[in-house]
This record gives sequence, C-alpha cells and structure tokens, in this order.
Amino acid sequence: MSAPLIPISGLALSDRAQMGQAAEKVGCSASSCGSSAGPADMDPATWAKVKDHPCYSEEAHHYFARMHVAVAPACNIQCNYCNRKYDCANESRPGVVSERLTPEQAARKVLAVAAQVPQLSVLGIAGPGDAAYDWRRTRETFDLVSSRLPDIKLCLSSNGLALPDHIDEIVAMNIDHVTITINAIDPEIGQQIYPWIFYDGKRRTGIEAATILRDRQLKSLEMLHERGVLVKVNSVLIPGINDDHLIEVNKAVKARGAFLHNIMPLISDPAHGTHFGLTGQRGPTAAELRKVQDACAGGANLMRHCRQCRADAVGLLGEDRGQDFTLDKLPETIEDTPEARAAYREWVAEERRDRATAAQFAEAATEPVETPTLFAVCTRGSGRINLHFGKATEFQIYEAGADGIRFVGHRRADNYCLGGHGDSERMDEVIRVLEGVPYILCAKIGEGPRARLAAAGIEAIDSLAQDYIETAVAAVLASRNACLGRSAESA
Amino acid sequence: MALKIITSQCTVCGACEFECPNAAITFKGDTYIIDPDKCTECEGQFETPQCVAVCPVPDTCVPV
Repeated sequence: MSAPLIPISGLALSDRAQMGQAAEKVGCSASSCGSSAGPADMDPATWAKVKDHPCYSEEAHHYFARMHVAVAPACNIQCNYCNRKYDCANESRPGVVSERLTPEQAARKVLAVAAQVPQLSVLGIAGPGDAAYDWRRTRETFDLVSSRLPDIKLCLSSNGLALPDHIDEIVAMNIDHVTITINAIDPEIGQQIYPWIFYDGKRRTGIEAATILRDRQLKSLEMLHERGVLVKVNSVLIPGINDDHLIEVNKAVKARGAFLHNIMPLISDPAHGTHFGLTGQRGPTAAELRKVQDACAGGANLMRHCRQCRADAVGLLGEDRGQDFTLDKLPETIEDTPEARAAYREWVAEERRDRATAAQFAEAATEPVETPTLFAVCTRGSGRINLHFGKATEFQIYEAGADGIRFVGHRRADNYCLGGHGDSERMDEVIRVLEGVPYILCAKIGEGPRARLAAAGIEAIDSLAQDYIETAVAAVLASRNACLGRSAESA
Repeated sequence: MALKIITSQCTVCGACEFECPNAAITFKGDTYIIDPDKCTECEGQFETPQCVAVCPVPDTCVPV
C-alpha cells in the first residue's frame, strides 16, 4: 500500500517552520481563497458543519479528503448526460465506477482508507445510481460506518425524486450534507434533459415527468433546509438547453435555502454512450461556464472547486486514489487509527489560525491590482505550492484582482488517455488549457518545459516552493510592481 | 407466464430488484435473474410489469 497522502510526521514540523520563514520573507499573505470560505463569513454552527467538508468549503478542500462508495447502482430517472454502463478506470466523471460494493464491502473499504488517509473526513454516497432511491443499501452502509467511525461525516447525493420519503431518517442519522441535482425548474427545459422518470409505480415521460421531478426536488430542498441539513444544489450546464435558465435555478434554490450552488460543465463524448454524447451535444468552454457562474453573482453562493468526481473516488478532490483501494487490495485486518485523524485535524486548526493571521496582514499590505491577473498553481493540498509541474494533472486557478486574491476554479491537464503520446503532446495540452494565464507557480519545473512555457508567454516560477498560495501570488505581484516602477522611473 | 432479463443488455443497476412485487428478482453471479416460478408479469398488480417500467435499457426485461 502506498503512503498517506501527506505524511503527518514531516508535515507538521517542516511546514510550521517554513510558514515562519515565508511570513518573514514576504511579510504578507493574501486573503484565504473563496468568497465565503472562512469562519468569519458564516455563523459558528454552519462553519462547524462545513469546515472539514472538502466539497462544501473551498477552504477545506485544501486539507480534507472525501471518499465515495459505490453501493447504490439503481436509479429511478434517466438523464441524457448519464450512462453508467461503461467504465474506464482513468475516466473521471460522475456515475462511473470500477466495482460496485455491498454495504459490508463498502464499510471495509472505508475502514481501510480511514486507517491510511488521515485527511479523510467525509463518506459520501453518490450512486452510481441514486442514493435516495437505492435507500436500503445507502442506509445500511451509513449505519455500518457510523458505528465504527463516528468522526467521519456522512453525505449523500440524489436527484431528489425519492428524497422526500427519507427525510426523517436522514436527519436521525446525522447526515448533515445532502446534494440535489437540479438542472431545470422549467419543465419545458427539464424534458429536454430527462427522457423519463419512474415514480409511483409508473414510468413517466415529457412535461409530466419533468414537472413531478422538479416539484419533488424543490420539496426535498425545502424539507431539508427546514431541518437544518445543509443542501448543495448541483446543476449541469448544457449549452443551448439550460445555460441562461441556470440563473433562474440559482435564484429559486437560494430562495429555498440552498447553502451552495455548484454549476458544472456537461461532460459529453460519444465514447461515453450517453444520449448527449451520441447526439453531439457539446459541453461548455471554460469561458462559457465562468460567464454563467458570474451571472449568478448575488444569488446562492457558488461552488467553483468541484472536480466532478467518480462515484468511487477516494482522496483530496484533485487527486483520485480510488485505484489504490479496490477490493482485492484491501488488507485482511484493518486497524483503525482515529488518533492520526485527530492529530491531523489539530494540525489543520493550527495552520488555519496562522493563515488567517497572515491574511489579515496581507489585506492591509497588498496594493490593489488594476487588471485581474490569473495564476495557475500546482498543489497537492494544504493551500501551498508543493507539487512538481510534471506531476500536476490539474492546475488550481487563482485570480488577483480588485477584491483580493481568490480561487476561481481549476483547469485539468490530465495525462490520462494520452498513453503512448509523448510529453510534447501533453505540453501542447497544458498550454492550451492555460490560455489567458501568464504565471504558473510550482514546486519545481525542468528547464525544457520552462522554456516551452516561456515561448508560449507563460512564466513558470518555482522559487516560491512551499509558500502559501496567496503569499506567493502576492510576492509575484510585488516584484512585478517593483519592476514596473523601476522601468517607469528610468523611462 | 414470466419475464426474463437479457444479460448482455443488463447494466446490473439493480433497480428492478426492489420494484418487483413478487421478490422474483435476485442477484446471481454477475447478473440479475428472474425466477419464472415467482414472476407473474405483475398481472393484477400493476398496469405494466415493474421491472420493465423501471429498467433503464429498453427491451431488457422481456417475455420468456
């Protein structure tokens, strides 16, 4: 078995020390990323619920890992973007799994991951079908896990159709995070996304199906909100079908108490065998996604760090370790190590306090940036620049603008399915996805890639390795301003 | 009078298993099978057989 995501022993000491050095060197750090990310932005009870949940708090996703167990394969609706029949282990998209598990197998897997990954804080059931429709298996899995690992939070995702039937049990089981996928509130639009639903003993289609589904989804949201369960709403952005409409969805779910709204790009490829894939319905570009997200400003808070993970994902959001924990690789006997998780959480609490102090420092010190500048960051978590450029399969994108330094999303440059191609193709892909990003911050980079990036107008910086992301961004801006200042004087 | 599941079409999602009012559907080996002795094609119980109604793949639950 491989080592934990971040070995705790090394982490606490070296990073503490480096933190001190970083603060002295630069003297500032920018605000923590994400608009509603910190304890200052919400009431203490809500913060307590989300602070360890990587999907509900952008800030937490730097520190905490989640896992999904694929115990719920059955589904009561058909979505035109979904096909659960095919799996490629290298594929990352919702609804895809390598092996389905019984509740007992799933509980064993959770124990094995918890023993090896102290970052683990959340167990989610997100299908591959519908967790609320396949309720018996979902409930049994949660019961088994919560009796063994009381410190792991429980979370589930559903299309909402069957959810109202299980609200009381959800509350009784302390599931305080539920995600409902709502792609439309107008049945005219909904019927273009859902060919049928199975409800009350009957398959239904068209406007009738879309109306029932919409009503049940909104009812679930209201019922959960009334009972204090945090609800995230997922929406798949389908260009030409619901792009403008998602602004209405955003308003409607905010009015009913949604905590977060996650607008995700449609993943569409004929090879996936989905209806949209086969009909050539395309997914949105990064710019189109951003446009819709920005148009929702002022409505329900947006989640921008979603990685659209598989229904059997394991690890930090950007780093899927599911293949390390397939059934055949689980150890015979599993010793739980709750003390490792507790130690890790203490370390995170301390780290967060330091980061908050550094952020306050920075608020005062950072000069306003006139033109927003994007930075691509190579990180393996903890909010630091700590990943080699060559190892990065995704870049976290930060924007320095008038309202400080904030996380705005991520861009993928997976090397998956490029097997057999050389580094040259991968670099082309990296340069393509980093369009409009002038800086890459990474722990290290080879001279070859550095030169190729430079030729494409992207400056790779590895001198700020191990710094906090915001600290490093502020340092780059400061040195750029100093350069500009000098050239202005000499002119 | 009974239905069967076409294995090559079945995605093993399991939705039929708990919609079946006669507990005729079980998971055996790698797939779901219908016990012909228990299957009534939902006659007298529902308008359409429940496995047919819930199955995400058309023509997968068919008459024997």
